[in-house]
Amino acid sequence: MSETDVALRGLTKRFGDMVAVDNIDLDIPRGGFFALLGPSGCGKTTTLRMIGGFEEPTAGTIELAGKEITQQPPHKRDVNTVFQSYALFPHMTVAENVAFGLERKRVDKAERKQRVAEALDLVELGPLASRRPAQMSGGQQQRVALARALVNRPRALLLDEPLGALDLRLRKQLQLELSQIQRDVGITFIHVTHDQEEAMTMADTIAVMRDGRIDQLGTATELYEHPRTAFVANFLGNSNLVDAEVISSSGRYAEVDADGGARLKVPANAVAAAQSPQIRIGVRPEKMTLEAGNGQQLDGDSNALLGRIVDAAYIGLATQYVVHTEGGADLQIFVQNSSSRTSGLDEGDRVVARWDPEHTFVVEREEQHAG
Amino acid sequence: MRTPLDRLRDSLLGVWSVGAVVFLFVPIFVIVLFSFNDNQGRFNFTWQGFTLRHWADPFGVEGLQQAFVTSIGLAALTTVIAVILGVCVALALVRHRWRGRGATGGLVFLPLATPEVVLGAALLGWFLTLGFIRGFVTLVIAHVMFTLGYVVITIRARLEGMDVHIEEAAMDLGANQLTTLRKITLPLLAPGIAAASLLSFAISIDDFVVSNFNAGQTVTFPLFVYGASRQGVPPQVNVIATAMLLFVILLMFVNLGFQRRAARRQNRELEPTPALGL
Ligand SMILES: Nc1ncnc2c1ncn2[C@@H]1O[C@H](COP(=O)(O)OP(=O)(O)O)[C@@H](O)[C@H]1O
Ligand SMILES: [Mg+2]
Repeated sequence: MSETDVALRGLTKRFGDMVAVDNIDLDIPRGGFFALLGPSGCGKTTTLRMIGGFEEPTAGTIELAGKEITQQPPHKRDVNTVFQSYALFPHMTVAENVAFGLERKRVDKAERKQRVAEALDLVELGPLASRRPAQMSGGQQQRVALARALVNRPRALLLDEPLGALDLRLRKQLQLELSQIQRDVGITFIHVTHDQEEAMTMADTIAVMRDGRIDQLGTATELYEHPRTAFVANFLGNSNLVDAEVISSSGRYAEVDADGGARLKVPANAVAAAQSPQIRIGVRPEKMTLEAGNGQQLDGDSNALLGRIVDAAYIGLATQYVVHTEGGADLQIFVQNSSSRTSGLDEGDRVVARWDPEHTFVVEREEQHAG
Repeated sequence: MRTPLDRLRDSLLGVWSVGAVVFLFVPIFVIVLFSFNDNQGRFNFTWQGFTLRHWADPFGVEGLQQAFVTSIGLAALTTVIAVILGVCVALALVRHRWRGRGATGGLVFLPLATPEVVLGAALLGWFLTLGFIRGFVTLVIAHVMFTLGYVVITIRARLEGMDVHIEEAAMDLGANQLTTLRKITLPLLAPGIAAASLLSFAISIDDFVVSNFNAGQTVTFPLFVYGASRQGVPPQVNVIATAMLLFVILLMFVNLGFQRRAARRQNRELEPTPALGL
C-alpha cells in the first residue's frame, strides 16, 4: 500500500496569468481510493487532465509507477479516464464502446469478447450490451464509462466528478458501488469531487485542494478530527473556531487563553505544530454539550465556555443551538435528541458549553485572513 | 374569444399563404408542363398539345448530353474537393489554436458575401494573369472556391456541437490522432458531411455567373441553356430539369424516411426497462 503509483512533483499549470494549479507535490499510493476534494474552480480537473495527458504542465513532472510520463501523449499513458460528461461514443453500441481500448491494444478477438463481457458484468450492464448510449439513462451511461475505462486494467483510473450529473439517490447508490468495484479490481482510483461527503464515504486518502494548492492530505478521520487549516475545518463539516493564545505547555495539554479570558486545554502535540503562540482553536459542533448554568460549577477536566442561547432549532435528529459566548463568539452546537437531558433549554437561557479537550484542534491564525 | 377581426385575419392569412405557394410553384409547374409540349418549330412558349416524344429522347439536342455530363462531373469533383478541404479547415478552426485562426474563420465566409459577378470577374483576371487555359480545370477551381465557405459553415456547426471529450476519450483509450479522426471524429461528422456534400453539389450544378466567366470552351448545363435560349430553349431542357427535380424530391423522401425510422427506433428503445430501472 505504501508504494507510490502517481507522483506529482512541483506540478504547475498557468492559463495566461491565471495559476490554475500551483506547485503541487503529491504521492498517490498504489491500489487505494484517492480523492481530490475542493470547491469548484480550485484546479481539480486541471490536475487530473495533466495526469491524463490532456493538458501540458507549465512546470513540474508527473511520474506513473516510477517512470516519468510528463511528455507522453494520452494514448501512450497507462491511465484511463471517466469523464464527467461520460464522453461515450454515440455511434457505437455499449459493447463496442467498451471494446474500443482493447482493440487499440490489439487484444485478440476471443479475449476481447470475454473481457468486455466481464467488464459489463462488473457494472451489471450485461443485458444492455447492444444498446446505443442515447438509449440509456444517466446512471447506465456512467457505468458504461466506468466499464470502458476499467476493461483496459490501467495502472490508475481517473474519475472527474463521475457522479456529478446524477440525482442524489442514485449518487449515493453508485458511491457505494464504486468503492466496492475499486476494492474488487484493486486499481488505483483518483477521484475528483467537490462533495465532501462523497469523498469521505469513498476515499482511503483525501487531498483537500484550494486555489491550486493542496491544503491538507489525510484520511477522512484525520481531516475531520484534526483539520490543520480553517478552510479544511469548514469545508469538511462545520467547525467552531476561536482565536487563542498559548500560555503554557506542560505534559499532555497546553493551556490557552481564548474567548476573552477563558482558560482552555488543547492537546500539546496540536500546539507544537503551530508557528506562533497566536493560534486558532476549533471544536466540532457535535462534540459539545450544553447545560444550564452560569459557570459556578466549572471544573478542571473539560473545556467550558459560558454564554447565552441565541437560537435553538429542532431538526429532528438533533437540536441545533447557537450560543453567544461571553467573549463574543457564536458557537454552533448540535445536541442529539436521544436523551431528555437538554430539553428545557431555550433561547435566552444562560448555558455552559463543554467539550473534551481531546476534541480541540488547532489551525493556523493567518488562515482567517487568507482567501 | 374569437372576434370577427380574428376570423378575418385567419382567412386573409390563408389566402396569403396559398398565394405565396402559387407564386413559388407556378414557374416550376410550367417547366414540368412544357416538357410534355408537342411544340412545332424552335420555340416552346405556347401549349400545342401533349406528347412524350421529348421524354423518349431527352438528349436529342446537339450538345445537351455533353453539357449535362460536364455539369454532373464538375459538381461531383467540386464536392469531393470542397468537402475534403472544408473538413480540414473546420477541424483547424474548431479544434486547434493558431495565429490567424480568427482571421481565417472570417475570411472563409467572404466568397459567400461577395457578389458572384465580382467573384467571377476577379477569378477571370487571375486566370488570365497566371496564364491558365480556361476550361474544366478553371471551372473546378472556381466552383471549389465558392462552395468551400458553405462546407466550412456546415461542418463547423456540427463540430462545435460535438463534445470535445469524446475525442479525448478515444485518445485516452489508446487511439492516436489518426485513429481518433478515422474512428470517432469523421463518423460523428458524417451527417454534416452529407449535408455539406448535397449543398455544394447543388450550388455547383446550377452556377451560371462564375462559370460564364471561367468556362473557356467548356459548356455546362446552365451555360448550354443560356446559349440555347437565344434561339429558343428546346423542350429537352425542360425534360432534364424535370428529371433533376424528381431526383431531388426522391432524395428528400429517402432522407425523411431515414429520419422517421431513426426517431421511431429511438423512441421504442427509450422505453424504461423495469429490470434495470436506473
Ligand atoms: N482551458 C482553460 N483556459 C483558461 N482557464 C482555464 C482553463 N481550464 C481551466 N481554467 C481555469 O482554471 C481554474 C481551475 O479550473 P478547474 O481545474 O476546472 O477547476 P475545478 O475542476 O476544481 O472546478 C478555473 O479558474 C478555470 O477557470
Ligand atoms: Mg472540474
